[in-house]
Amino acid sequence: MNRFVQRHPVWSVIILLGAILLLWLIVSPWPAWLEETIDRKKVFINAVFNGVTLGALYFLVASGFTLIFGLMRNVNLAHGSLYLFGGYLGYTVSDYTGNWYLAFLVAFIAMAALGIVLQIGVFRRMEGEELRQTLVTIGISIVLADVMLWIWGGDFYQVETPDWLYGAIDLPIITGFKSDGTAVYMKYPAVRIFILVASIIVGILMWLALNRTRIGMMIRAGVDDREMLSATGVRIQLVFVAVFALGAGLAGVAGVVGGTFQALAPGVDTRFLLASLVVVIVGGMGSIPGAALGAVLIGLSEQLGSVYVPTYAVVTTFLIMVLVLAFRPQGLLGKG
Amino acid sequence: MAVLDQDRPGAGSGAREASRAELPAWLRRIHPVVWLLALFLLFVPAFTNSFIQFQIFGWAFLLGMIALSLMFLAGYGGMVSLVQMTVACVAGYMTAIFGASAVESISLFWPWWVAVPVAIVIAVIFGTITGALAVRTTGIYTIMITLAIAAAFYYFGEQNYSILNGHQGFNSVHAPVLFGVDLHDATPFYYLSLSLATLSYFAVLYVSRSPFGLALQGIRDNPRRMAAIGFNVTAHRIAAYAFAAFIAAVAGILLTWQNGQISPFTAGIGPVIDILVIAVIGGIGHPIGAFIGAIVYVVLRTFAIDILHNIGLDPSRFNMLVGLGFLAIVFFSPDGILGLWSRWRSSRSGAGLARVTGGGRGRDVE
Repeated sequence: MNRFVQRHPVWSVIILLGAILLLWLIVSPWPAWLEETIDRKKVFINAVFNGVTLGALYFLVASGFTLIFGLMRNVNLAHGSLYLFGGYLGYTVSDYTGNWYLAFLVAFIAMAALGIVLQIGVFRRMEGEELRQTLVTIGISIVLADVMLWIWGGDFYQVETPDWLYGAIDLPIITGFKSDGTAVYMKYPAVRIFILVASIIVGILMWLALNRTRIGMMIRAGVDDREMLSATGVRIQLVFVAVFALGAGLAGVAGVVGGTFQALAPGVDTRFLLASLVVVIVGGMGSIPGAALGAVLIGLSEQLGSVYVPTYAVVTTFLIMVLVLAFRPQGLLGKG
Repeated sequence: MAVLDQDRPGAGSGAREASRAELPAWLRRIHPVVWLLALFLLFVPAFTNSFIQFQIFGWAFLLGMIALSLMFLAGYGGMVSLVQMTVACVAGYMTAIFGASAVESISLFWPWWVAVPVAIVIAVIFGTITGALAVRTTGIYTIMITLAIAAAFYYFGEQNYSILNGHQGFNSVHAPVLFGVDLHDATPFYYLSLSLATLSYFAVLYVSRSPFGLALQGIRDNPRRMAAIGFNVTAHRIAAYAFAAFIAAVAGILLTWQNGQISPFTAGIGPVIDILVIAVIGGIGHPIGAFIGAIVYVVLRTFAIDILHNIGLDPSRFNMLVGLGFLAIVFFSPDGILGLWSRWRSSRSGAGLARVTGGGRGRDVE
């Protein structure tokens, strides 16, 4: 952090000013001229919150993707399929049992198991052949997409939200004033707040696991140099299996989360695969903080874009990616 | 790329020299087959109906051309670009926008001989820019970035109504009538696509043996060494993208004429991946692989439903068939059908086998 400030003083000031401006936009009630130029504050705040919660979901998906990529150099193009598969399984479980938490558990365990099978049965056989591994993941995603279409059909599914997360809650943010002068507070769906909090917890847990535990140390060492790691006597294949299981399981959990506040349908898999790709390209391949930063950036740009420039929303996301590639090809927080 | 050309004869520079020295003999051996194939392709319209000419061969030639542009990048440049179908669709969209279509509020109704070159130029510019972005990173990253660009274009097409007319796209984009011949008729279209596919096939062969192509293959095998002896690695790679974009753009315009329409779906993730599937099934080692893969894919796509129905399986499981077939190819023959063929041939003659493995090993040792 300090080194960044020392090396890029101008950028630090710009980032700081941007953050202050954003904070001011969120916290203070808007003056009339601002509401005239860019619509009501409520719209903006809603877009920001939607963007951040969407970013939280993207982070859940992309963190597994980036971990697998960072350690094994395996671009898992079936990651979106794992997301959707987990979501469908979670839906089925919560539909039968009525238990939302069980859905998470089943999705995590089932996808982690699938990940272990893939890692041991497929990817270990072609270790070091990155392109071939990627081609295999494409084949797997085609097959999985068809299997899911076979089982669940082309309908839209939504996982039932538990009662205590139903409805909206008031946030301590003033969006405007009524004619009699009382402040109007912002209402926001509780389930989205829950997702945001849960993602932050998952992110912190992952950070702790990576930075404070022995296996986390092995994983970080493997990301930097896996030959040297295996040369030091670490059973790297076990680490690979563990990371693949964790990444796939996280994708499954994200599927249930996504199924709760969005919908599950064919085609969602590619959408989230694309999101993961863009997030890790922007954030930096193999970096968990990078995935978090990229996820929030992409989520915000998608939501703000769809509010303010509806027909060019994708272009804003795309522009972010292009700018990052042009000026920092290794990603914002990637190692150069 | 080491994966795909590992046990291909002529992958290493030494082995390539050897195989070129043998080329006349190889040509003499294969000549009758090539002549037969050429005769067959020329006289296909004499004994087939318009459906076969238009939907099977026409489609296969066009998909083959797009896969050929991918094969050129992947096989000679070591860059697996998933953006080729998108480049083709950009060209298709541009013909619809500058030329005539049913969307009168957007189309400019320029004559086709202006609209087509403009479309090709724009698509080539698009392909070159994506190439310039993609070569910022190498190897496995290329797939990710090009896939992201391709997907972004698809979602852009779905969202944007002011230029690309959103989900619907453009209808009634017809091939022109040239000297009284309607190019949208089956037989003229067959010959048009056949001639352009043949041209692009020989263009790729020619470029691959030109100094540029050889430098590109050198860059594929060892970019650092090529840079050290004075080649501009980035410029060569971007030029390769531009050349590939040109082929894809031509095919894209024909594809739009063949369908009579262009919509985001044509550039969707499925079709984008299909191009890679075609190239890999056929074999990335040689330009003809793209067309072999394309004809296999088109025949499967057209008749698999009947075949699956006849052997008592659910006909809607077509994608699973394609996916499993693709997986089998990647598992057992990374060189695709071409690889199977050369392995079968070399297993008949022991000398050939020695040459194949020798070629593969020579590369590693070097």
